[in-house]
Amino acid sequence: MDINKLCQTAEEIRCSIIDEIKTAGSGHPGGSLSATDIMTVLYYYAMNIDPENPHKWDRDKFVLSKGHAAPVLYATLAHKGFFPIEMLQTLRKINSKLQGHPDMNKVPGVEMSTGSLGQGFSASIGMALAGRLDHNPGRIYVLLGDGELQEGIVWEAAMAAGHYKLDNMTAIVDWNGLQIDGWNDDVMTVKPIGSKFSSFGWNVIEIDGHKIPEIIKALDEAKNYKGKPTVIVAKTHKGKGVSFMEDNADWHGKAPGEDEAKIAIEELRGEK
Amino acid sequence: MADKMATRDAYGKALVKLGQQYPDLVVLDADLSGSTKTKEFAKVYPERFFNMGIAEQNLYGTSAGMAISGKIVCASTFAMFAAGRAFEIIRNSIGYTHANVKVCATHAGITVGEDGASHQTFEDIALMRTIPGMIVVNPSDGTSAMKLLEQVVALKGPCYVRLGRSAVPMIYKDSDDVTIGKANILRAGDAATIVATGIMVSEALTAADLLSSEGISVRVIDMHTIKPLDKEVLLAAAKETKRIITAEEHSVIGGLGSAVAEYLSTNHPTPMAFVGQKDTFGESGKPEELKQKYGMTAVDIVLATKNLIGAKV
Repeated sequence: MDINKLCQTAEEIRCSIIDEIKTAGSGHPGGSLSATDIMTVLYYYAMNIDPENPHKWDRDKFVLSKGHAAPVLYATLAHKGFFPIEMLQTLRKINSKLQGHPDMNKVPGVEMSTGSLGQGFSASIGMALAGRLDHNPGRIYVLLGDGELQEGIVWEAAMAAGHYKLDNMTAIVDWNGLQIDGWNDDVMTVKPIGSKFSSFGWNVIEIDGHKIPEIIKALDEAKNYKGKPTVIVAKTHKGKGVSFMEDNADWHGKAPGEDEAKIAIEELRGEK
Repeated sequence: MADKMATRDAYGKALVKLGQQYPDLVVLDADLSGSTKTKEFAKVYPERFFNMGIAEQNLYGTSAGMAISGKIVCASTFAMFAAGRAFEIIRNSIGYTHANVKVCATHAGITVGEDGASHQTFEDIALMRTIPGMIVVNPSDGTSAMKLLEQVVALKGPCYVRLGRSAVPMIYKDSDDVTIGKANILRAGDAATIVATGIMVSEALTAADLLSSEGISVRVIDMHTIKPLDKEVLLAAAKETKRIITAEEHSVIGGLGSAVAEYLSTNHPTPMAFVGQKDTFGESGKPEELKQKYGMTAVDIVLATKNLIGAKV
């Protein structure tokens, strides 16, 4: 596995995120940038998927439960070849396939319509149960936000996954510490995250969500773990890669202007 | 044939039959499988039955995921907690995705009885029919419930099926045609039309008998499908009988009566009366006592009809 190449891809995806949100004039850069390294490793290393055959039976499936991070999902799918990169310019525009939150019936590669928090995670439990029933080797991946863990349905779903010992699924928590109103710790404490999941019957792996080798290792480990579902608690930084967005709740759901986008892309490309 | 049967019992029987016909049919419940009758399915097909525990949000979220993965899903709990508690999950994960989930909700309405107001939902039809693409079915007896459930499982897409707790009189024979979206005219008449749904259909038939004994002949329509509404049958009734009384075991706000009024007011304005739960909560009691106290009996339909047509009460 070429780590440098993955880093380069993550950089491209981050630039696309800034660009598409700038053009849209609204959207969620912070939580998209925090999840970019995880998304890159999923789509360019871990998952068995084929952009030419997006519905193949034994594919791995990814659900973006934190649906507001749609820009990172769209950018990843576009770079991977599910649809043309130019389509990113239609994000959030009238008549676009690229809705503010992902619509599975509009975009190839989107497995579940999400946006209302917690529901993608719940649906992924159903996908894992159905997959097991069908002896389908495909694995279910689901990405949650940390603020999302405040939703009650998340723990209903976590309990069910533990009960049914769904070892054909991997959940990843993008633990950037921030939500719209500020730090999780100020709004509603979600930590400790790992021990919550482990008491619900999950195998827990804690990593740095920006270190690509750690993400690779965790995803491999999760895939081989039998008898329990695995959650990867990935410590990340909101707005990762853009100095003025990093760890700043103001950039949860705000679009950069022309000048800000230019600086952001220069920073991402290492030109500054 | 038994003369009485609860529609939930018909559901249990239908599931066992359909389970054999459809290998992709799975059934989910939230710790009420004995009451909703999904246990009948669980006994025969344990590998295709999933108890999700007392967690209705995840019941419907998981159902969505299974349906999107190719399963036909029947997911049951009490109507209060399906349409009520899990509304937004059903709206976003099942309605918006157009997932093949059948929300088969039992214990709807006042006839839940002794459990009281916390368990008596009068809002479910109103909530479910606002979801685009959702088919809403409310069978009036065991036979029609079986027939409608077979169609519900055969069609692709989300459905809400409203089922009751208490045994209700059999109205249909096995040979009768009951089709989703096509209302059944059960009685001919021209003084007025009673459009009823669910367990109020048998009350409407009794009301028609009572009115007939006083020389008033009314048409009775079983509107078992509330969405899509059978507009053709409604329009004909409005034109030919000039008065419409709706009868439902549901709030008069937002349910069958509202659906009929929405259509007629814009296509053929017709004087109407509404029999159903007034803007109030229920309470504990025997189903028959509650129906009387809250105004959902044949007598209430008779009174509403007479008032509407200006007959002497």
